[in-house]
Amino acid sequence: MIQYIIRRFLYAIPLLIGVNILTFVLFFVVNSPDDMARMQLGQKRVTEQSINNWKQQHGYNLPLLWNAEAQDQEKVTQTIFYQKSVGLFLFRFGVSDSGRNIGADIQERMWPSLALALPTLVLGLIVDISLALMMVLYRNSYIERTGLVLCVVLLSISSLFYIIGGQFIFAKVLKWVPISGYDDGFSAIKFLLLPIIIGVFSGSGSGVRWYRTLFLEEVEKDYVRTARAKGLTETQALFKHVLPNALIPILTGVVVILPLLFMGSLIMESFFSIPGLGSYTLDAINSQDFAIVRSMVFLGSVLYVFGLLLTDISYTWVDPRVRLS
Amino acid sequence: MVVLWTDALIYLLLISVLLVALSLRNKEHMQRPLRKISQSKIGIASLVILLFFVGIGLLDSIHFKPSDTKNTEIISVLDYWATNLREHNEKTYSAPFSTHLYSKEIIVSPDGAVHWDYQRLDFGGRHIYLPEHQLLPDIAKKVAFGLVQGIVIDCFLIVVFLIMRYKLSKKGSSLFSLSTRTKTALVVSAVIIAVAYCLIYLSSFYHVFGTDKVGEDVFYQAIKSIRTGLVLGTLTTLVMLPLAIIFGILAGFFGGWVDDVIQYIYTTLNAIPGVLLIAASILMVQVYMAGHEQAFTSIIVRADTRLLFLCLILGVTNWTGLCRLLRAETLKLREMEYVQAARALGVKQGMILFRHILPNVMHIVLISVVLDFSSLVLAEAVLSYINIGVDPTTYSWGNMINGARLEMAREPIVWWSLSAAFLFMFTLVLAANLFADTVQDAFDPRRSAE
Repeated sequence: MIQYIIRRFLYAIPLLIGVNILTFVLFFVVNSPDDMARMQLGQKRVTEQSINNWKQQHGYNLPLLWNAEAQDQEKVTQTIFYQKSVGLFLFRFGVSDSGRNIGADIQERMWPSLALALPTLVLGLIVDISLALMMVLYRNSYIERTGLVLCVVLLSISSLFYIIGGQFIFAKVLKWVPISGYDDGFSAIKFLLLPIIIGVFSGSGSGVRWYRTLFLEEVEKDYVRTARAKGLTETQALFKHVLPNALIPILTGVVVILPLLFMGSLIMESFFSIPGLGSYTLDAINSQDFAIVRSMVFLGSVLYVFGLLLTDISYTWVDPRVRLS
Repeated sequence: MVVLWTDALIYLLLISVLLVALSLRNKEHMQRPLRKISQSKIGIASLVILLFFVGIGLLDSIHFKPSDTKNTEIISVLDYWATNLREHNEKTYSAPFSTHLYSKEIIVSPDGAVHWDYQRLDFGGRHIYLPEHQLLPDIAKKVAFGLVQGIVIDCFLIVVFLIMRYKLSKKGSSLFSLSTRTKTALVVSAVIIAVAYCLIYLSSFYHVFGTDKVGEDVFYQAIKSIRTGLVLGTLTTLVMLPLAIIFGILAGFFGGWVDDVIQYIYTTLNAIPGVLLIAASILMVQVYMAGHEQAFTSIIVRADTRLLFLCLILGVTNWTGLCRLLRAETLKLREMEYVQAARALGVKQGMILFRHILPNVMHIVLISVVLDFSSLVLAEAVLSYINIGVDPTTYSWGNMINGARLEMAREPIVWWSLSAAFLFMFTLVLAANLFADTVQDAFDPRRSAE
């Protein structure tokens, strides 16, 4: 078991190196620091001098991979690759182009993101699974048919409309909750309530359909038929036999995205002005702050790889049939 | 005639779809699922709606430079036909079917008096003298008239269709013995044609969906957005398919280090948050276009390049899911008896891949293409909201929503842009989703066993 985990852990290292190299190529080779400077300073009428100044200020004035002018070790360390990309492995995110400490920003902003994303996920799971179970219980009835039609309708609506519509009805017309904003501690609840409900609602169309197919696949299996033959009612068979077995793929599916919850949701956070990592990323994209975008790319992939690791572990843990070889 | 990049690729896609359809026309294994699709009323109805959208998109993909006018902007056939809509611009916002502007301004009457009131529109409802009394009856009259005309056209088309069918079919078949699928298709197309005709008729008198901030007709914008949605939904798959099919099949078939490398590539790509990858690439395009200004003199060429690039990027970020499915399926197929038999008989590996593996994973490819279509159309709106979607000058539902969002705070609210975008997007995505369900039911062997 431990050996297996170590092996999976080691597999994560080349993945992260790959991500790092890819982001390096994308942000420094394809878009050269000169381009970045021009972007930041405005396209027209930029002198060579001001570009050099900008690069000097932000530490982009070094060679990309190999500094031939420096001494010994510094031939490698005094380069953009070493200064900007290698540090990410140690979670040294450095300073953003506007001069803020990215690491501190991330630490501060990941909690609001989590406060929004975690309840949305948990509530969403509960709602989706119970609705899906109900549809499976009453299969081939009008309940299932209306449910399916509703699901298709719900999943055909862009998430933007849920947010705009929800904000308009509940915050602007009915004034039940504030339109947007955030507060520390428990007073944040009134700001989070609407985004969480909208998040659960907008995801329910595809969620319910997905869980329904999972349950239906399980219902057809032999052991359920045996349970029914033993004299269990449909409800008993569903809750005692189908649900626990179907929970395995559901839980392992959830585990992958658990770490990514820290990253927050881009549109949700920006619509409701929640100071999480999602709106942080969005602001960085809009102000073309490459340092932050780079850090978020790396953070995102670390969390994803961590999620994969957790999935592997949880598989071996919940499903004894999975061999560790 | 001017051929933009996306135009050319759309034609290419259309031709290849037609060629594939032709080559598969008489294959027995394709007949069964196709029959199943044609038996489903919902499938046929959504297909007709989709084809209607595709038709508009294709009309909008034939571009030319108008020779008679002074302005040198490239326009499409659809623009040419909708010249009225395109050029009937007001000053600023106006509500649907309104005769007055949304906001008050200073009006100088012919006799020199100055007052503060809602200005009459330049084009919307110009034919009415007393809007207070005549507006509603006039709208009702025009709607009824438009619908009646649409229905007359319907009847004419249906009669033509029936006669054509009668002439073409063998003697002895009755004129009116229609199958359910033909009936469904006819009814749906009749409704679409009647409604479309009515809207076109109304739009020459009113702004059916109002006007936006700069006074442009929202109905026109919504129609123009159809092409953007379709291009993103289809061209992205064109980029995605070769990558997913080649890598997926190779990984599953050869295993070993090939499998390891391919798995490594797609896990790495998957690990990078897609939105950020798209953002970085779009910035790249902007830098490139800023550096090569002389190549992008026309606004429409710029917008088109960005649209094409967005398709490319979405394709690159989206192929991994399909690739994984194909790899798993190929792993299974590799151990099947017929593949083993082919190998034992000494068939070359390339031939096995091409003749035995590829045709047997095609149903997965087809299903995922139709399933991806609707999610791509929805993704466009979100990306445009984050400003990393299509060019701000491109007509798209995302841009419409983005522009309208800021006006929600106004009193009275400006709701029409949002509603128009919602209506068109919802129709397209719903039709696509329903069609995708039918296709999945028909082609997925696990589902058709029921």
